[in-house]
Amino acid sequence: MTADTGYENPAPRKGFFTDTSVCIGCKACEVACKEWNLIPEDGLELTGMSYDNTVGLGADTWRHVAFIEQRKPLGGQESTASAASTVDLGMPAMPGAADRSEFRWLMASDVCKHCTEAACLDVCPTGALFRTEFDTVVVQEDICNGCGYCVPACPYGVIDQREDDGRVWKCTMCYDRVGDGMEPACAKACPTDSIQFGDLDELRERADERLAQLHDAGIDDARLYGRDPDDGVGGNGAFFLLLDEPEVYGFPPAPKVTTRDLPAMWRRAGLAAATLLTGLAATFLGRKR
Amino acid sequence: MGLRDWPVYRQLRGPDRTGRASAVQSRRSAELTPRTATADRVAKSICPYCAVGCAQNVYVRDEKVVQIEGDPDSPVSRGRLCPKGSATLQLTTGSTRRHTVLYRPPHGTGWEELDLDTAMDMVADRVIATRRETWEAEHEGVTVNRTMGIASLGGATLDNEENYLIKKLLTSLGVVQVENQARVCHSSTVVGLGTSFGRGGATGFMQDLQHSDCIVIEGSNFAECHPVGFQWVMKAKARGATVIHVDPRFTRTSALSDLHVPIRAGTDIAFLGGIINHVLETDAIFREFVVNYTNAATIVTEDFQDTEDLDGLFSGFDTEARTYSFDTWSYVGAPAAPASGVRDRTPGQRHEDKQDIRDAGRGEQHGSGGAALEGTSPERDETLQHPRCVYQILKRHYARYTPAMVQEVCGIPEETFRKVCRALVDNSGPERTSQFCYAVGWTQHSTGAQFIRAACVLQLLLGNIGRPGGGIQALRGHASIQGSSDIPTLFNLLPGYLPMPYAHHQQNLRSFIQADAARKGFWANMENYFVSLLKAWWGDTATSDNDFCFDHLPRLTGSHSTYDTVMEQLAGRCKGYFLMGENPAVGSANAKMQRLGMANLEWLVVRDFSLIESATWWQNGPEIETGELSTEENATEVFFFPAAAHTEKAGSFTNTNRWLQWHEAAVEPDGDARSDLWFMYHLGLRIRAKLAGSTDPVDRPVLDLTWDYPVEGPHDEPSADAVLQEINGRDANGDLLTAYTQLAADGSTSCGCWIYCGVYADGVNQAARKKPADEQDWIAAEWAWAWPANRRVLYNRASARPDGTPWSERKKLVWWDADAGAWTGHDVPDFERDKSPDYRPDKDDSGVAALSGVDPFIMQADGKGWLYAPAGVLDGPMPAHYEPQDSPFPNALYRQQRNPARLVYPHEHNRYQPVGGDTYPYVITTYRLTEHFTAGGMSRSTSYLAELQPEPFCEVSPELAASRGLENGGWATIVTARNAIEARVLVTDRMTPIRVQGRAVEQIGLPYHWGPNGLSTGDAANELSGITLDPSSHIQEVKTFSADIRPGRRPRGPALPALVRAYRDRAGVTEHTGTEV
Repeated sequence: MTADTGYENPAPRKGFFTDTSVCIGCKACEVACKEWNLIPEDGLELTGMSYDNTVGLGADTWRHVAFIEQRKPLGGQESTASAASTVDLGMPAMPGAADRSEFRWLMASDVCKHCTEAACLDVCPTGALFRTEFDTVVVQEDICNGCGYCVPACPYGVIDQREDDGRVWKCTMCYDRVGDGMEPACAKACPTDSIQFGDLDELRERADERLAQLHDAGIDDARLYGRDPDDGVGGNGAFFLLLDEPEVYGFPPAPKVTTRDLPAMWRRAGLAAATLLTGLAATFLGRKR
Repeated sequence: MGLRDWPVYRQLRGPDRTGRASAVQSRRSAELTPRTATADRVAKSICPYCAVGCAQNVYVRDEKVVQIEGDPDSPVSRGRLCPKGSATLQLTTGSTRRHTVLYRPPHGTGWEELDLDTAMDMVADRVIATRRETWEAEHEGVTVNRTMGIASLGGATLDNEENYLIKKLLTSLGVVQVENQARVCHSSTVVGLGTSFGRGGATGFMQDLQHSDCIVIEGSNFAECHPVGFQWVMKAKARGATVIHVDPRFTRTSALSDLHVPIRAGTDIAFLGGIINHVLETDAIFREFVVNYTNAATIVTEDFQDTEDLDGLFSGFDTEARTYSFDTWSYVGAPAAPASGVRDRTPGQRHEDKQDIRDAGRGEQHGSGGAALEGTSPERDETLQHPRCVYQILKRHYARYTPAMVQEVCGIPEETFRKVCRALVDNSGPERTSQFCYAVGWTQHSTGAQFIRAACVLQLLLGNIGRPGGGIQALRGHASIQGSSDIPTLFNLLPGYLPMPYAHHQQNLRSFIQADAARKGFWANMENYFVSLLKAWWGDTATSDNDFCFDHLPRLTGSHSTYDTVMEQLAGRCKGYFLMGENPAVGSANAKMQRLGMANLEWLVVRDFSLIESATWWQNGPEIETGELSTEENATEVFFFPAAAHTEKAGSFTNTNRWLQWHEAAVEPDGDARSDLWFMYHLGLRIRAKLAGSTDPVDRPVLDLTWDYPVEGPHDEPSADAVLQEINGRDANGDLLTAYTQLAADGSTSCGCWIYCGVYADGVNQAARKKPADEQDWIAAEWAWAWPANRRVLYNRASARPDGTPWSERKKLVWWDADAGAWTGHDVPDFERDKSPDYRPDKDDSGVAALSGVDPFIMQADGKGWLYAPAGVLDGPMPAHYEPQDSPFPNALYRQQRNPARLVYPHEHNRYQPVGGDTYPYVITTYRLTEHFTAGGMSRSTSYLAELQPEPFCEVSPELAASRGLENGGWATIVTARNAIEARVLVTDRMTPIRVQGRAVEQIGLPYHWGPNGLSTGDAANELSGITLDPSSHIQEVKTFSADIRPGRRPRGPALPALVRAYRDRAGVTEHTGTEV
């Protein structure tokens, strides 16, 4: 695809592979991203949602670590968290404790997916959103006029307007750093290599290997998300290894590029217009006769 | 602009067929350059937060720091940083840092600005005046030459060089109450590891975790508190290692472990004792290792009686003094030397000063040298059959620590317990190794040193010491808290774990050395180290004629730990206080007493980045709200000095694995901000100038002090390099030394810290070495410098068989090369290089010559790892389970409920709780979060961190929430006999009730980072904790205490102390409650 983008030296497509099975939920990615990109702090409120006080991606949060507490076993892992309470405690009944024979705590760092078919980019009327030589999707802050068309276009709810300046902001995959041969700030900071940056083809291979490894280890829930080039957005530049259904992490299960039907819609509209015109012409022609 | 540059033209006619790529790229986008690329220079630095010691690159442009990120060359961090490390740019350049000196006069209601010069002069005047006024030439008839009127706290966040100047100047002024975070975090580590192995530091280094076959993380929340170090656990896991997390809570560490074992907080000795019993009963010990390298075979005197004989007490306990005498714990043929004073010559004779020596924290001096023994060859039975050999004693001692008992005490089901035993046994032996990782979950207990001892015993029995992937990883939590123990801003120590002298009648240097040095091993050379230190401090004035100025050192008369200082402040005896990067109003146990102590001072100096709670208690402390303090009535003068950040000064941090890592100064500090090196040096200059010409002998120590460092830069910053050189030491010609073996006792050498001797070997700052990790083997010996002698895995002689060959190919590290006649291998051998495995000393040999070729623990008085400690640990030769000070349960193992030798501090604000009862029915455990740092001074004012965990919360199980009416996201009030606080509630399955002694007990998790100041605020968990100390290390018990929890916010104003009183009345708490032996 880079062949058509007109860059003199198109690079191999770059991407993120976020392996949530090794994420320790430290949020280094969130902070490293904010430090590098000088993003403002956005709220000092305790949410009560496990250790997630960031809540979601937005104009001022380009990496977000989700925390999911589940009464569910993690393949291979043993927690006796509630084994103790499943025996009779000789205490007044403790509702729920008996259900807690298994427990796991999932963590995952979310980010802009840098879609192969990016609707935000399709709808941008100013050319502020553009596809870089690394095949990533970036908002140009000097071009964006804050029209906000891209916001509803994103199937993941990633892109967002900043309240005080009206423009939209999101992960650039550290376009400036990558242009200088560096890796993005989040991937560099990540203590356990949960966030890996590199050539997308290579990341996909690595992800496939990791998935097979986890399946061999009995972690049957493991799956890749956004890796498939044939999915509704043509695959993602930033894809994930998840340990449960995408919905659990707040991802849409089957995202589709929201501009997917535009050509068909235009075709139909054109057809309708042509039909109308034809009818109109026929009317006039008929009158002459 | 031509038509061709017009975007629409480019979209239609350019090579970009998509029209959405190069065609729409703006000029700004095309010319984008990262600010790292336009930096003028990059300073090599080290992260200032925890003690993993991640390397940082500091990018500077136009004399401003523009970016800080990980240095990929570092072998320990590999370029990665946790959220705190990633926030370092904001920490050091953010708007919440202060850059002006502030002054609060007595009774003042607000801050006033003061110029730096005036402020320095005022502080110098106050030090001189308070010192004069409170000078104590004698204490109860014995010469002490000191002042108890001044104290200092803080140092673990500072450089080694800064700690060195603090200790040097204050000691010369006669100030003995010099303390830092190491007291409250890891002092029990020094006792535990030091008495067991001879050195008080972690036995290995972080990257070596990747070679472990089984990693047990217990007493640590590794992933959350040391995230970048945790990559090595993940690497081991990826290689197939089993990772086990034993913890009261299911944490981010548990989430990545293979097995999480919930345990009742404070019962780890019962758990570890259970594993020890399992290993002994099933004969799973690594026999050849145990027989040769530990004291399992050593015979103990027949006077010894175990806790099994005395229902929870060892022999030698004096109920009145609440102390043990070591006399009956001795080896046959090598009795323990008394910890201080005139050496006892008769075994069994009790020492006159026992109480005070116990109080003087002697246990901690084993940071680099085990406890001293008389004689060099104790009796041994290598068949391990003798009924009084250590092995048999151990077996009897732990016989009742059965799986059923573990369940009864810890709440761990038998099946789970057996899984842990299996994992450890299966992963130990010649071919495999297991490692323990712990942190303050083990250290902060009233018997904390024994928690660590228990792990030492187990690891010795399994043969997991001195070997790749084995050992005990002590995870420390401040950038240089290892350094502030090694170069101790601690009351009881001098640099290199040399003991501070204790007050005696007619003691001179010789009798002092006689009393403390060992007969065998490298600690026998203590005199060389001590004299060299005195030479470093008092230079030419120190001669053999004047005992090298030995009497310039002030004397101890008991415990002068930070908690004793608080009592001195409350009593009005301690009048002046320096806080240097420590925030006791939030971070120390019983925060209210910390503040009330400070409120009783004449003057307080706070050095920090921003106005921490310890600087503002007179203005907005909780006692102002309750009416217990009044701003107008309070007479304390408060000075606030803005501190320089690590990016603004050069110096070395010692990380948790004993690595000294140099950080360069990137820029000059702004405004009045100065380094602590600058502060101490210039304070010293001013004091010396004011005292110049004094004929008063009390001024001699400070006037005779070597205090002349070169200065540089616009602020006359003293050269940290020059200080490090003094620490390294010089020979008679003034040339830098290369190893501590060169030190002499005749005054020809000087050395500021003998264990750091070699850090400047060959005239090169070895700590500043930054050879990239990928250009070295996994040991990475050319990155930084580790004490001692750049050894990375301590006791690595034990990685080889007694005959010097590796135990296995898989686990080889250091071995004997018979052809070369030398020890060789991957690491620097922790052994005399040319001492053959066959070497056996003569009976008359002493010192280093008395170490045989199979004595891997070269700092120990018998060369062996100590399963049984005949001396050194003040509350018993073997760990025994006692209940915490505040516990809902009676001790299931012994009639003795609590550690009989623990230190209690009865006070109206430090009441203890009864055992059991329903007033305080729940167990609290306190801890850190990834997103914050200790008492919050380096995270709550940093918005990128504050927003991640914006408010204090408590974590409770759904069952507790249901029974007490607590709602997720709502408020709860938590009450102890000391105080009450409020916190938001997180209801979570990660907390779980556990079954102990036939009933379920709920545990409540409570992170401790908050206080009233900063961006993220709230009540401090330490309002709830009491002061109860481990006897050997004086560390406080804050990892477990009991409390009540109720829904809703806490009362305001005087109603708050009223609520606490009502609870105390209901529980029947009196001044005597919980103070019994």
